Amino acid sequence: MSEKEVGAETREFGFATRAVHAGARPEPHSGARATPIFQTTSYVFEDPEAAAAYFNLQEYGNTYSRIMNPTVAAFEERIANLEGGVGAVAFASGLAAQAGAFFTALQPGDHVVASRALYGGTLTQLKHLERKLGFEVTFVDPDEPDNWAEAVRPETRLFFGETIGNPGGNVLDIEAVAEIAHRHGVPLMVDSTFATPWLCRPLEWGADIVVHSTTKFIGGHGNSIGGVVVESGRFPWDNGKFPGIADPSPAYHGLAFQATFGEYGFLMKLRAETLRDLGACMSPFNAFLFGLGAETLPLRMERHTANALEIATFLTGRPEVGTVAHPGLPGSRYAALVAKYLPRGAGAVFSFDLKGGREAGARFIRELNLFSHLANVGDAKSLVIHPASTTHRQLDDEELRGAGISPGTIRLSVGIEDARDLIWDLTRGLEAAAAEPAGDETSEETVACPL
Amino acid sequence: MSSVVACELPPRAPGNGSGVDLARYQDAGTIRRLLTSARTVAVVGLSPKELRASYFVGFYLQRNGYRVVPVNPREDEILGEKCYPSVAAIEEPVDIVNVFRAPAAVPGIVEECAGRAQAIWLQYGVIHPEAAERARELGIEVVMDRCMKVEHARHLGRLHWLGFTTRRITARRG
Repeated sequence: MSEKEVGAETREFGFATRAVHAGARPEPHSGARATPIFQTTSYVFEDPEAAAAYFNLQEYGNTYSRIMNPTVAAFEERIANLEGGVGAVAFASGLAAQAGAFFTALQPGDHVVASRALYGGTLTQLKHLERKLGFEVTFVDPDEPDNWAEAVRPETRLFFGETIGNPGGNVLDIEAVAEIAHRHGVPLMVDSTFATPWLCRPLEWGADIVVHSTTKFIGGHGNSIGGVVVESGRFPWDNGKFPGIADPSPAYHGLAFQATFGEYGFLMKLRAETLRDLGACMSPFNAFLFGLGAETLPLRMERHTANALEIATFLTGRPEVGTVAHPGLPGSRYAALVAKYLPRGAGAVFSFDLKGGREAGARFIRELNLFSHLANVGDAKSLVIHPASTTHRQLDDEELRGAGISPGTIRLSVGIEDARDLIWDLTRGLEAAAAEPAGDETSEETVACPL
Repeated sequence: MSSVVACELPPRAPGNGSGVDLARYQDAGTIRRLLTSARTVAVVGLSPKELRASYFVGFYLQRNGYRVVPVNPREDEILGEKCYPSVAAIEEPVDIVNVFRAPAAVPGIVEECAGRAQAIWLQYGVIHPEAAERARELGIEVVMDRCMKVEHARHLGRLHWLGFTTRRITARRG
């Protein structure tokens, strides 16, 4: 079949085309080309029968914006399309999205195997939910797939890791870990916030659920908090281990989500029960901004990753700097995994250790002019933070080490500015870090954390 | 006779399907054309139970303007429509015969469709390549391993309202 003969129904559109178009067809009533912001709580039903059909989930209809909203749906479809999933459910934040996925998949008494190199907020969330919801988590060194297998118990129901660890830069062997998960009849859930679907699509490597903090690169401009859960539609939730998804739901007159909705079962449950009950919905305005951000995702990620690699390379040549944990650097322990999973670039968030430890870190950050000192990543603007005193502050020293962090660790989120200006800024910071003699003799191993 | 298949794709390992080239029976252009042109749909294996997948599909098709003709020898009436014991017994022209039966029942249904229906639509998991080829020999169009409700919602309806992937990419107003 020639290109000309392929209709729009069957053409395999490219990523950049889908980033701009998926989920956002012209609005049929007004013709609006940009996705309208449907700033409404609720929707008038055509007739009583329609209302009943919507509430019974017999027909795809809007009822209430806590559960669905056309602007949010356009964004959900766009991300689901880019990740290669059957659908997506957006949440008010990345952590809300994760909590929603845990809440849907897990029951009290269940067990989770999770990477110990997760984002600090995620580690804290898991430990909190363990206590509150009655499931147990075993944290493993994610780099060795055997560690995941060894942690499995009869009651294990979920594997959870990050495509690129925050901030250690661990690259997950998704295919190997998914294979182990499936051998034990459980799904692999991956936080792919740092990779975005432009750099890696975990579902294509066997993962079953992908979560994002859309606050980061997908939104891309540091203006809104949001999250999303994407699912492959391939996991057999009716394998006997997930009664919460497969068994009849009392809330819907005994409807069995998996048997009725098949590949959409998990996402229907996530939306119609979990999102309905937890209430952490994404606002339509935030969804509009995230959809707008997603349009330029490929362009921004190309610049983000190129800048980040250039800066990581620059830092490795500086005398003030110890380890640079950018997985894309030559000689990285993750080189083979980067080649396999992240051929377009190993992300734009990475950390490095200042030889001068904690005090040098403070001097470094104080001197910066372009890098914003704040607790976020994935902005078009370059960002910097000292994890031990901020994002990972709740962790004790052992947990910090588990997450690949030392007291002198600095995390950068490299933006899309001119790389030479960013290197100028960092050079000034590094010179300041080395300039002060008072604390210079101390190494990161001997500096106590005053917090 | 009861519906034995899910409304929407049952989970299965990639590659399951015994090497059948399902894409031959899942052309999006054909699906869209059938959904647009059809008026009357016979639903074979339609259950009277409201929570069954076949009922979800029959109910949905009726709500979306299709005339639904139930085929179920154990029932007299479903969805307010007279039930027929078989496709052969249907007394009116049918555009699409939508099948919710086990694959083994498909060859017989195909023979009954000859001269009665324009297309046979086999739901998710109802896979029978030989019967599908026989249907084509009889001049009957075939859709296989697809849900009619989902495909309608994808091409003409509101699948996207719940954040599901439609794969529809267009700048046309409509």
